[in-house]
Amino acid sequence: MAKVLVVTSGKGGVGKTTTTAALGAALAMSGRKVVVVDFDVGLRNLDLVMGAERRVVFDIVNVIQGDAKLSQAVIRDKRIETLHLLPASQTRDKDALSAEGVARVVRDLREKFDWIICDSPAGIERGATLAMRHADIAVVVTNPEVSSVRDSDRIIGLLDSKTEKAERGERMDKRLLLTRYDSGRAARGEMLKTEDVLEILSIPLLGIIPESQDVLKSSNLGTPVTVGSPTSAPARAYLDAARRLIGEKVDLTLQEDRRGSLFGKLFGRRAA
Amino acid sequence: MSLLSFFGRKASAGVARDRLQILLAHERTSTGRSDLVALLREEILAVIAKHVAIDRDKVQVKMDRGESVSTLEVDIEIPTPTPVKMAV
Repeated sequence: MAKVLVVTSGKGGVGKTTTTAALGAALAMSGRKVVVVDFDVGLRNLDLVMGAERRVVFDIVNVIQGDAKLSQAVIRDKRIETLHLLPASQTRDKDALSAEGVARVVRDLREKFDWIICDSPAGIERGATLAMRHADIAVVVTNPEVSSVRDSDRIIGLLDSKTEKAERGERMDKRLLLTRYDSGRAARGEMLKTEDVLEILSIPLLGIIPESQDVLKSSNLGTPVTVGSPTSAPARAYLDAARRLIGEKVDLTLQEDRRGSLFGKLFGRRAA
Repeated sequence: MSLLSFFGRKASAGVARDRLQILLAHERTSTGRSDLVALLREEILAVIAKHVAIDRDKVQVKMDRGESVSTLEVDIEIPTPTPVKMAV
């Protein structure tokens, strides 16, 4: 049965789109049929991070308004056969998404795909609540930083009240994905530790994505990090997280860059 | 940590954790009415306005959220009653 997953955070810039692309690609590489859906109407970027920006013809707003069929708007990834993208509109605003329209699109996608991964816009307004509305499972992307943790707490509150699942009286499955984590700084007491964030937000941990240059490199190239640099530390962390999503037991080991720290210090600031 | 304190550098992560725990304890209790201060302000003003004419701009409401106790400070300037001038 199809699963609808929302990648959300409240705060912007914490890595929702990067995570959507990386997890979507990781799940698709395991043979599952995946569609990543951009809900950020007006500020779409998932197409760019996925490297499909030049192939967008129709978008989710066209589908909702009946100007295009779902099959016309969904773009198939060129690298992974089972990976697909439903882009957002760049020229409309968030009001172009109707609640009934989104419900219909998600229902239709459930029939064609194993995983529907909804990339939420930042904020707590319409776009964000529509993105989470039909979710079976939520990945809450959080940076180890006070404003991000506060916003995640707010989003967790919305996931427990504004979603279909919550309204049916069911418990929303929420998982924490800690991104841009620097274990050195956490050990030195300069950054919130994983345990601190877990204690404050009290939802189970899906994974820890280390701060890494490979993430920017991947978005520069328009390739999900799990496809472009699959052996890099963030990719291994995302691949582990994807395996946990499909129910595998994967020990949580902090994935570190294999480059030695001395190398990092000597060459760390050089352009990648 | 001890080595760092030895060199006079205070770890900030602990401060971040403590601040978040206090803040979120408050935000969670006021879920659904995120702007508790605004709500209290309006209701308190309405009660006072029933009895005294007040200038809304001369009202200050402050809230201090503490770990065990919070305080709400309402400062309302009540004008001294002036004799009503007779209309000519």
